[in-house]
Amino acid sequence: MLVLPFGMLAQEKEKKIVKAEFMVHGNCEFCEKRIEKAALSIKGVKSAAWDIPSNQISLIYNQKQVSLKTIHASIAAQGHDTSEAKAKKEDYDALPNCCKYDREEL
Amino acid sequence: MKKYIILVCFSCGLVFSQDPLKGIIKYQDNNEIIPLVGANVYWSNTTVGTITDSNGKFQLEKIAGTNPLVISYLGFKTDTLWVDSFYISHQMIKKSEEALDEITLQQRRKAIQKSFIETQNILKVSSEELLKAACCNLSESFETNPVIDVNFSDALTGTKQIKMLGLSSPYLQISEENIPMVRGASQAYGLTFTPGTWVESIQISKGAGSVTNGFESIVGQINTELKKPLTDIPFFLNIFYSINGRYEINTHLNRKVSERWSTGLFLHGNLRTQKFDKNNDRFLDLPVGEQINLMNRWQYIDADKGWVSFLSWRYMNDEKQLGVFDFQPKRDKGLKNQWGCEIATQRWDTSVKVGYVFPEFSYQSFGFQAAYSSHDQKAYFGLRKYDVNHQSLYTHLLFNSILGNTLNKFKVGLNYTHDLYDEAVDLYSFDRKDLNWGGYFEYTYNNDDNFSWIGGLRVDIHNNLGTFFTPRFHLRYVPLNEFVIRISGGSGRKAANIFAENQTLFATNRTIKIQSVGGTIYGLDPEIAWNYGLSIAKSFYIGSPNQFNITADYYVTDFTNQVVVDWENSQEIKFYNLKGESSAKSFQIELDYSFRNFLYIRAAYKNYDVKMDYKSGLRQKPLLPKNRFFLNVGWEGKTSSSGKKWHWDFTFHRVGDQRLVNTIRDQSGSLSPSYSLFNSQISCFFYKKFEIYLGGENIGNYRQASPIIGSDDPFGADFDAAQVYAPVFGAMVYSGLRFKI
Repeated sequence: MLVLPFGMLAQEKEKKIVKAEFMVHGNCEFCEKRIEKAALSIKGVKSAAWDIPSNQISLIYNQKQVSLKTIHASIAAQGHDTSEAKAKKEDYDALPNCCKYDREEL
Repeated sequence: MKKYIILVCFSCGLVFSQDPLKGIIKYQDNNEIIPLVGANVYWSNTTVGTITDSNGKFQLEKIAGTNPLVISYLGFKTDTLWVDSFYISHQMIKKSEEALDEITLQQRRKAIQKSFIETQNILKVSSEELLKAACCNLSESFETNPVIDVNFSDALTGTKQIKMLGLSSPYLQISEENIPMVRGASQAYGLTFTPGTWVESIQISKGAGSVTNGFESIVGQINTELKKPLTDIPFFLNIFYSINGRYEINTHLNRKVSERWSTGLFLHGNLRTQKFDKNNDRFLDLPVGEQINLMNRWQYIDADKGWVSFLSWRYMNDEKQLGVFDFQPKRDKGLKNQWGCEIATQRWDTSVKVGYVFPEFSYQSFGFQAAYSSHDQKAYFGLRKYDVNHQSLYTHLLFNSILGNTLNKFKVGLNYTHDLYDEAVDLYSFDRKDLNWGGYFEYTYNNDDNFSWIGGLRVDIHNNLGTFFTPRFHLRYVPLNEFVIRISGGSGRKAANIFAENQTLFATNRTIKIQSVGGTIYGLDPEIAWNYGLSIAKSFYIGSPNQFNITADYYVTDFTNQVVVDWENSQEIKFYNLKGESSAKSFQIELDYSFRNFLYIRAAYKNYDVKMDYKSGLRQKPLLPKNRFFLNVGWEGKTSSSGKKWHWDFTFHRVGDQRLVNTIRDQSGSLSPSYSLFNSQISCFFYKKFEIYLGGENIGNYRQASPIIGSDDPFGADFDAAQVYAPVFGAMVYSGLRFKI
């Protein structure tokens, strides 16, 4: 009885809601909190999980509400380089010591 | 799941603070020790940290101050260590597979866990904690735990009754794997129908609780997780004997039958044949009897598609005989020559659980639970009779998802419950049908850091309790590191099953009087209460190996309506709806201390103020100590080279004075003496496969002098075996063995 409408909901969502995975540079649990917070603070991002060893972020988001580019930019604004966006030097410098990942020199 | 023991090897030698800390981080995979590459190693609450290299090695500068070292890696449990050397070798433990919200599959390292992350005030008791005492069944598993008080219900059955926040178990919601369990007819003895060895973990939540499992919880919820066929060991055997003539046997057999199906067979039997009358009142100090308990469960997991399921069935038969030493049922039943009692209970339980996690959206899942139970008790107490048959159907459909993102979660669900009661009390019979439809919505906000709250609301349409709302609220805030504040509030309501909940009244010759107000339950109106609570907890370290945890909480339960059980007149027991006020105030302060990982001390002080308006005025609840003190000391030895390991446990209870009701013998209605109880157990483990234990309960041999009032004339008007404030049986020594493959 209740299952039916949810099933329909899920089908409809599949078109709008997509998964994505990309690289975000960082080191530790503090980075994890900061990166995930940056992603979740954007409207349209449903879930965000950043993996410390692989430095990969797994996202579920609504592509009608937010573009992947915005997510990259928003994470980079917190000082973390992503596979497609580079953080500003002052944002990187503002990171606490343990979070200063090895950065390719500009 | 295999359980790994963390091995921390501190190298000996002088520590030079200018030297960096070096070490290696490893983990175990299929019996192989492998270095963990890329693990985070940092000093807690600092930004000084590093990552392990390709050999699992790291080097980290030491810092001023005494911060612990944190080692974390995704998929592994984060470890916090006190390091007082310059080299460590540390083995990490993999996190168990995340499962559905409603089905926890974790194995815990600490015996009792207090969480700083949970929004509710929840205490998790692992199966390790249950090994610290005899714990033959669920009612005995709270002896080493200060949150739950274990009381003695009457001088005849030897049944232990539990209390929380000063109120007895009917005001608690007890569930088994989130299906309401000890309720209705099984209220008096239900906790003794779950063998202790079947229990995997217990979660005790104080205060309002969650709306998802119903409206019946008033002071708290106790949920028991049983052993799961997939994660439990293939074979387990436990044999137990105590000098009070009790024999127990428990066996578990678990098998994986196919890639997705596992099954488990659990068998329990106990036998008490020896008769004791140590206090020379002609009455047995403990009943004689036997119990057979059999459970079969099936577990299905399809991790790729997201399906999880459990199917269980269970049969239980329990028989006890009590009363006068020379009582012979065949000869004396129904006659006035000897007073005796027999209680026979037969119970069937079946349940189905299905859970589904959407593979595309791991934050979304739904679950369905259905359970049916049939409880049939036949009993006589002297010339009194009490038979009860209770059939219950419970169904629950729930859906979990998010609002916007995973910081905002919600649960929405529907319940349908159908209870049929058929009772025979002396010459009267009572039939009742309870039908309930309920729907709820529960929202959880968690900022993934230091603040979270849960708000839940349910609406129920009940044929006997009416249509009503049940709101419940929890808030958690962590203003400082390792310091948490919790606030909770909410309401609860229940139908008072006056006979099933107060079966001890049959062990008296009191006249039963129900003062009807025209209500739907025995002519009485349902019980309604509000519960509010505040709890604070702080963890800290003094020097590196000394860890402290202080918890203080204060809870108030205010009854809007209640069924007052009035024992004040020695010749009668009266049930009537509350007129005036009734409240239970509970204060508890607890200190936990652990030294390294081998010495644990837990001390708690509790103060209860439980008052209600009787017909005769506002009084403290009888047989409830206002003050209690609790102390538990645990010591774990090191594993020797031959694989041997010792555990020792000691528990001390100081029970304050309790108000006694007026009796013929004691017209003053005075107070009981305060007394102390000591329990201890020593266990020896051999190669983690075999373990023997020896323990003593009530080692100080404290006994209530004459627990049965009017024992010389059990058919007279004065006879009353319900006024018990202390153990009836003295010191008890037990021993047992556990064997695991």
